[in-house]
Amino acid sequence: MTESLAITRFSDLANPTRFLSLAGRIIPWLAGLTLCLFAIGLYLSFTTEGDYQQGETVRIMYVHVPAAWLSMMCYTVMALSAIGTLVWRHPLADVSHKAAAPLGAAFTLIALATGSLWGKPMWGTWWVWDARLTSVFVLFLMYLGLIALNRAMDDPSKAARLSAVLILVGFVNIPIIKFSVEWWNTLHQPASVVRLDGPTIDPEFLIPLLVMAVAFTFLFFTLHLMAMRNEIWRRRVGAQRRMAARMAGRGT
Amino acid sequence: MRLKAEGLAARRGEDLLFSDISFDLGGGDALILTGHNGSGKSTLLRVVAGLLPAEAGRVTWSGPGESSRASEACHYLGHRNAMKPEMTVSENLSFWKTFLGDTARGRGVSIAEATELVGLGGIAHLPFGYLSAGQQRRMAFAKLLVAYRPVWILDEPMAALDARAEETFTDLIQRHLQAGGLLLAATHQPLGLDNAQELRMKGFSAFPQDALQ
Amino acid sequence: MMTLLVRDLKLSVRAGGGALIGVLFFMTVVAVIPFGVGPDLNLLSRIGPAIVWIGALLSALLGLDRLFQTEREDGSLDLILMQEHPLVLTVLVKCLAHWIANCLPLVIASPLLGLFMNMSEVAIGAVALTLLVGSPALTFIGAVGAAVAVALPRGGLLVSILVLPLAIPVLIFGVSASYAAVEDPAPFMPPFLILSAITLFFAVLGPLGAALALRNGGD
Repeated sequence: MTESLAITRFSDLANPTRFLSLAGRIIPWLAGLTLCLFAIGLYLSFTTEGDYQQGETVRIMYVHVPAAWLSMMCYTVMALSAIGTLVWRHPLADVSHKAAAPLGAAFTLIALATGSLWGKPMWGTWWVWDARLTSVFVLFLMYLGLIALNRAMDDPSKAARLSAVLILVGFVNIPIIKFSVEWWNTLHQPASVVRLDGPTIDPEFLIPLLVMAVAFTFLFFTLHLMAMRNEIWRRRVGAQRRMAARMAGRGT
Repeated sequence: MRLKAEGLAARRGEDLLFSDISFDLGGGDALILTGHNGSGKSTLLRVVAGLLPAEAGRVTWSGPGESSRASEACHYLGHRNAMKPEMTVSENLSFWKTFLGDTARGRGVSIAEATELVGLGGIAHLPFGYLSAGQQRRMAFAKLLVAYRPVWILDEPMAALDARAEETFTDLIQRHLQAGGLLLAATHQPLGLDNAQELRMKGFSAFPQDALQ
Repeated sequence: MMTLLVRDLKLSVRAGGGALIGVLFFMTVVAVIPFGVGPDLNLLSRIGPAIVWIGALLSALLGLDRLFQTEREDGSLDLILMQEHPLVLTVLVKCLAHWIANCLPLVIASPLLGLFMNMSEVAIGAVALTLLVGSPALTFIGAVGAAVAVALPRGGLLVSILVLPLAIPVLIFGVSASYAAVEDPAPFMPPFLILSAITLFFAVLGPLGAALALRNGGD
């Protein structure tokens, strides 16, 4: 009984109209929660002491590390949606991974940019072809490629299926890229690989970091819901305009 | 405004498609090209429009104090609509209105008026790609109205149109002719014009059916 | 003419436009190089200017084949050819629109890629400046290739083959000016001025050639 109820609930949610009304109710709460978490997280990040070695620059970590986590989580969300597109052919899954791609690109860009800003004082250079940096950069390029693919096609459901295939191939490929890069890197540049995690993290850094990570996660879900809602609306506007085109000239 | 062709011939690749085609059209005249596929109707239109070089013969445009260039005198509507599916109808039309410009002979109507005239008022804000094939053809026809040209060269203008749209077109063409315009069209369907002359293209050797004027 | 410029710019940012893809290709090509030559920062900073220039050259060629082909496919080319505006001017405006939409983003993206290549600030500035001055020449030369290949079904590859040899002088002087800015003995100005001269030269010759090819390629 409860099981069938759960299934109806799920299929209810899968209906775009239900989704819209649900999203409309949830988004303000999520946004408020995100704001509170950011307020706490940023307060903690700026009031805790700086590291004795890195000084004030350590605070970049509170933005950099959550953004990097989110860049990977976003790809996971997209891969799950891609399975939804290919297996259940569900329109909401199409919308989900299409809406997530620009967010993923944005979080990856934040991670790259803050990492670069952090790298300049720490390592004396904006960029090194370190294993982790390189694989994040490759991830960034994959996000941009997916956005370009989605933009290049007129038919949204066809674009969704094709980009779903690409997302899944990429999901399988990412570990391969990561390992090959690490292997490639140890061959050429063994000594100077800089450890990103720095000194062992003590609770003073850990608590703000975790708060910021949760805040970023909520930010992602808020933005993702909003982007999905926009995408559904955009498709409805498109459908209405096509309808208007069909109706025109019939009545005259 | 007079459009005169003397002894026109053109080839497609190695083959001579037609030769010795002559006609002379004045204000209000219409000339309909008929003939089977591949008889050279489209080629003749493109030669007259100046898009293809003629093998022999010449086309002259003359009128009171006007230059002899095809571009200033004629509209050409080919098989393709020359509209961008990514842009809205009004963006397309306003581009052509500005790009083609008005000549000294007359002015085009506004975009809203032109879409009204082809029976599709109110959807000019939609992207051109959203429209059906027939609607696209009608909007391409609206292009002829937004910038004034005395001579209309139309290649299969009625393709993909339903009966009511054909009526609208015939009406617009009539009005254009009454205002002193010229029409040169290739078509399979009768355009429903009463005063039109017909030129039957027969492949290699074609002659005007009724001695043109 | 302004309307043509605005229309082409609009088309390039609308769905399916190539502006984003060019920059993406540029980033990907340059990002792949370190995987090939290894992450040695000294080596990368030495070959950096050349790599960025070659990447920009290839990406600039990427969208060129569509310059006249899209116009031909929907019949707009016929109407453009028929107009009384001098065709050379029309081609020049189309080239400018293409340059703004496709090459200017490359110039803007080049400092970022310079950072990836561990280039010095002076070298980054020099590469961006030479690209800014040299890339219009690539568009103008490419316009001739695009006009010649306009009616061909698979013109894209052919355009690259036709245009690359002609673009070699641009590459030579662009890269040598960039190196001259970094390495002391060679002066920066002579190759830079030659590069500017090449651009101005092709700004005239390119549209002329393209217009001639379009007039003769009618079908």
